[in-house]
Amino acid sequence: MPEARSTGNVIPLRSEEPTDRPVPPPAAVAAPPSAWEQKLAGGLAFVRRRITGDYEIDDFGYDKDLTEHVLLPPLRPLYDKWFRVETRGLDNVPDAGGALIVANHSGTVPVDALMTTLALHDHHPAKRNLRLLAADLVFQLPVVAPVARKSGNTLACNADAERLLSTDELVGVFPEGFKGIGKPFSERYKLQRFGRGGFVSAALRTGKPIIPVSIVGAEEIYPILGNSKTLARLLGLPYVPITPLFPLLGPLGAIPLPSKWIIEFGEPIETAHLGGSAAAEDPMLVFNLTDQVRETIQSTLYTLLMQRRSVFF
Amino acid sequence: MKPRVVLVTGVSRYLGTRLAATLAADPSIERVIGVDTVPPRAEALPQLGRTEFVRADIRNPLIAKVIAQAEVDTVVHMNVIATPLGAGGRTAMKEINVIGTMQLLAACQKAPSMRKLVVKSTTAVYGSSSRDPALFTEDAEPKALPKSGYAKDAVEVEGYVRGFGRRRPDVTLSLLRFTNFIGPVIETPLTRYLSLPVVPTVLGFDPRIQLCHEDDGIEVLRRCALGDHPGIFNVGGTGVLLLSQAIRRVGRPSFPVPAPMVSLVAGAFRRAGLVDFSPEQMRYLEHGRVADVSRLQRELGWGPRPTAQAMQTFVERAPRILNPETVAAAETRLLQALTRTKEPVRA
Repeated sequence: MPEARSTGNVIPLRSEEPTDRPVPPPAAVAAPPSAWEQKLAGGLAFVRRRITGDYEIDDFGYDKDLTEHVLLPPLRPLYDKWFRVETRGLDNVPDAGGALIVANHSGTVPVDALMTTLALHDHHPAKRNLRLLAADLVFQLPVVAPVARKSGNTLACNADAERLLSTDELVGVFPEGFKGIGKPFSERYKLQRFGRGGFVSAALRTGKPIIPVSIVGAEEIYPILGNSKTLARLLGLPYVPITPLFPLLGPLGAIPLPSKWIIEFGEPIETAHLGGSAAAEDPMLVFNLTDQVRETIQSTLYTLLMQRRSVFF
Repeated sequence: MKPRVVLVTGVSRYLGTRLAATLAADPSIERVIGVDTVPPRAEALPQLGRTEFVRADIRNPLIAKVIAQAEVDTVVHMNVIATPLGAGGRTAMKEINVIGTMQLLAACQKAPSMRKLVVKSTTAVYGSSSRDPALFTEDAEPKALPKSGYAKDAVEVEGYVRGFGRRRPDVTLSLLRFTNFIGPVIETPLTRYLSLPVVPTVLGFDPRIQLCHEDDGIEVLRRCALGDHPGIFNVGGTGVLLLSQAIRRVGRPSFPVPAPMVSLVAGAFRRAGLVDFSPEQMRYLEHGRVADVSRLQRELGWGPRPTAQAMQTFVERAPRILNPETVAAAETRLLQALTRTKEPVRA
């Protein structure tokens, strides 16, 4: 509401900038409250909503209020200043309706998932929320499990993927899973096996487009030089990484290297004309489509790497 | 097809009494017969109206005589008990639930007058685990079958009910899987849990919960007893609440207990007689459980009110320790103190 803002009569309930907290309606005073007062009022209102439980979550446990005011803001400096994420082809993501975002996975810790979420939330014209499909392990871990649900993720299973897609949500999946995120540095930007093609059959059944996404830069944030297999088995984790800084520097090793990122959203691969559920029952079609998506991401990765001048700039 | 003679098992417990009273108020039904091991509470008697009460144990073959003599055509089985304390121990509870159902079904199978069977089951049959889909549909395979308690009984009861359905295909069979009940009156382990002055939770977990308002639950049972709605249906409100959110709405502080300590704390609560939480309910406190209720809504063209609204009726019943008004007033005062304005600046 730019014209309202210029007159100074009406202050929008929620500011356009997602970084801001909600600002209050006009008080019955001559002088409108200053910016910091509005921010303070918004912050206090948020605290009140949390204390009284006065907020809404969806069936999957997605807590929009918490995500936008608490979980996303601390990621923004990382996105803008540390990784200087550059997005390409955001217009390939539809403004409305379901679509399946398929991306390469890397970086030891799923920072690439967070950055892709932020790219779509802050920089897509329709401010889309990405609903990620996460591994089983995520929902077993205390603290991690509820935060994952509240930020809009759900378990990577066909039932959930199809339910989200058919309710016109934007669903994100990293089909490489732990094989991709935990691979050694020497194999960087080489796509691993793409699961069993479950994501393709979900897209086929719902007739939603698949958007291949290539992420460059995440491989270099925590280069995995070795993997402590014994410790991983002991802790029940898929891997325990040894990076140049971890565990050598202890907690300081958790600081990611400031690589320069590019996230490219590729052209959508339409699935609506392929025949719905019948097509999903055709394993050859599913395999071919999986391969097509994988090849697209792989070749885009190579193109982006050729264009990149340096890892850090 | 409208029923002529309806038999309701578990009539002396809250929901059984409510349903029998509702059916008795319907003049199109000739007779309503209630069965239970204990007589209904005295204060429930006027409400029950013309309901005939038979003091019988459904574990006893006597039940077959009742069904045959009265020519019962509709049976509403509500006698699967959730809490061992109410039944007099876990062994007795299991016997009432499983053996009782077997006896009842055996009697129903023999009765030529039988036309309809409505069974009150629970969504607990889906179990509760980290690998669950976000919403269970009626044909979802549970990831981890319940190993103990009420949920295991319910799984076994459902097995016998399905067997009955195969042997008597002429009987309309409605299997209703209810989510947790809540409302202004009903007493369940969940309502007792949410009424604790400080509510213990599992540290690092915040399950999604789904609730069914007691009135809506009765309405679903009534519609299934009167009409023909064959099949398995999840029954509950749409939408979910997080457990933390539910606790905040009832205005109570929560107390997170580390997972290894949970069974210890639960044991202490059980011995103190505060809340009777079984192991599978402890898992529910970690992972929660939500069912897809769209099939019932399609079948009936109506569905129970949303979870948040059902919760609200419970919130209004319990005196809140922390009122939203108090919080809002504190917010206003704090804001006025900080901004030094006389006028309220409210978001």
